[in-house]
Amino acid sequence: MEQNNRKAWLYLLPALAFLGVFMIYPLVDVVIYSVEEGYNSASQTFFGYGFYNFDFVLHDAYFLQAVRNTLVLVAITVPVSTGLSLLIALGLSSIKPLRNLFQTVYFLPYVTNTLAVGLVFMILFKQTEYSQGLINLLIQAFGGSAVDFINGPWWAKMTVTCIYTVWIVMPFKILILTSALASVNQDYYNAARMDGASKSRIFFKITLPMIMPIVFYLIITGFIGAFKAYSDEVALFGTDLNAAGMNTMVGYVYDMLYGNGGGFPSYAAAAALILFAIILTITVINLLVSRGRR
Amino acid sequence: MTDTNEYGREGAKIRVLGTVRKVFTYAGLSLWGLVVLFPFYWMILTSLKNYGAYTSEYVPRFFTLSPTIENYLKAFSAVPLAKYFLNTLVFTLATTALMLLIIILAAFAFARLDFKGKDLLFTLFLSLMMIPNELVIITNFQTVTLLGLRNTFTGLILPSVTSVFYLYLLREAFAQVPDSLYLAAKVDGTSDFKYLWKVILPICQPTVVTIVILKIIECWNSYVWPRLITDNQAYFLVSNGIQEIRENGFGRENIPAMMAAVVAISLPLIILFLVFHKKIMAGVSRGGTKG
Repeated sequence: MEQNNRKAWLYLLPALAFLGVFMIYPLVDVVIYSVEEGYNSASQTFFGYGFYNFDFVLHDAYFLQAVRNTLVLVAITVPVSTGLSLLIALGLSSIKPLRNLFQTVYFLPYVTNTLAVGLVFMILFKQTEYSQGLINLLIQAFGGSAVDFINGPWWAKMTVTCIYTVWIVMPFKILILTSALASVNQDYYNAARMDGASKSRIFFKITLPMIMPIVFYLIITGFIGAFKAYSDEVALFGTDLNAAGMNTMVGYVYDMLYGNGGGFPSYAAAAALILFAIILTITVINLLVSRGRR
Repeated sequence: MTDTNEYGREGAKIRVLGTVRKVFTYAGLSLWGLVVLFPFYWMILTSLKNYGAYTSEYVPRFFTLSPTIENYLKAFSAVPLAKYFLNTLVFTLATTALMLLIIILAAFAFARLDFKGKDLLFTLFLSLMMIPNELVIITNFQTVTLLGLRNTFTGLILPSVTSVFYLYLLREAFAQVPDSLYLAAKVDGTSDFKYLWKVILPICQPTVVTIVILKIIECWNSYVWPRLITDNQAYFLVSNGIQEIRENGFGRENIPAMMAAVVAISLPLIILFLVFHKKIMAGVSRGGTKG
């Protein structure tokens, strides 16, 4: 046993070393950073301890803008993508021919580089000197007026961001929901059909309750993913998201750390902890609600 | 007689309804398929258009009669795209290989060996899954900067060589290998290490392959950490490269060349997906995240 003990720790040593240095130590350190006031990266000195960093971040116009953008993004993309993917998964599970083909095609965005494909969305929506861009031409064809989605008003930029985000997150949700629907026991459906239950009744009384835990799981991961949005925005609007007015909370953390306005790890730490607190709260609320329903 | 007629009519009505429903379902599914595929079609199409032709189209054409590869030549000559590819390849292979080695050893300890505090330690490991990367990246950035590892492969690779989630997946697979095999190996005098390499790994190969593929996708697409750690183009990965191209590449708004770079960057993963799509989808549905 004694020897086995030592051997086991030897096997664990690399994992423990890396996790210790790059995960556990940073976890403690980020809290320390967040309460060190006036930290200077170059000289590694600071004045004292306190909550000034949080105060600064919470009153920073850029942070508030980032919070607003993130909240709008979460509030729109999570319900839209969850609802749409449920609809598509239901459609998929009701057909036989071509089903595998559809499923494979739908998964394609998952394996693409978000920064690369974001550029395609950018050129589809962008106005340039020589063309309005495909989407604007479509809008005009239907009688609307063109708008610059990439450099134009806030709502237009938000619209593209939401569309791109939904496009990116759908593959995962469709995949999970399709396999959840496939695992519902067919006996329930057969019994319900025997009793002459209508399609909508079967959906609300059998299908939905059976897949509800998965839907909740998707909502929680969707919330967390949307709160951590960042690279999709970079793909559409470039790295200077503050100037574009499209920064997100994660983007604010990185910008504080590095880049044009960077060099303030303490502010970055405070913002990251605020983000973590929000995510944790939502996760706990979601868990409580889903447990209450069961 | 009238009764059967009634039933017959009902049956026909249901059949018609069913057909209508089918038509709508297929139409809707095809529509979403179009939404998914259109950006891919558009990037390939644009990358094949001549720069002059592209800028002269006020209403973009949905096909091209004179495809050209000049954009691809430009993409690989005007910016060091080949270098970005090579960097990403080195980064992906090194990260995946190192991570695999580390988690195989740890998963074996958790699945097969007995030691004090095993359950507690495993629970602690699992709870690390909740920690978002954004929280630890700040200190890691400072650590790597202080160690003078910015703009090096070591700095790029080291923080991503452990993954609690993949460790967990692997441990679950290892734990399913029957005890009797282990005991038999012990009787034969096989060492633990040899048992792990010659018996467990071949049995658990499907899980290992899944983990490798998922990690490759993750590495190929990683953007944030490389961006923080590299500002020297010689160490850019493809994500940073494409961002650099977006901001200052190819002179003034050469979108066809930009799309050629996008196609080149997307292609390796799409090929990987077409070959392994069953494995990838099964792996992701077992607990991938992103979304």
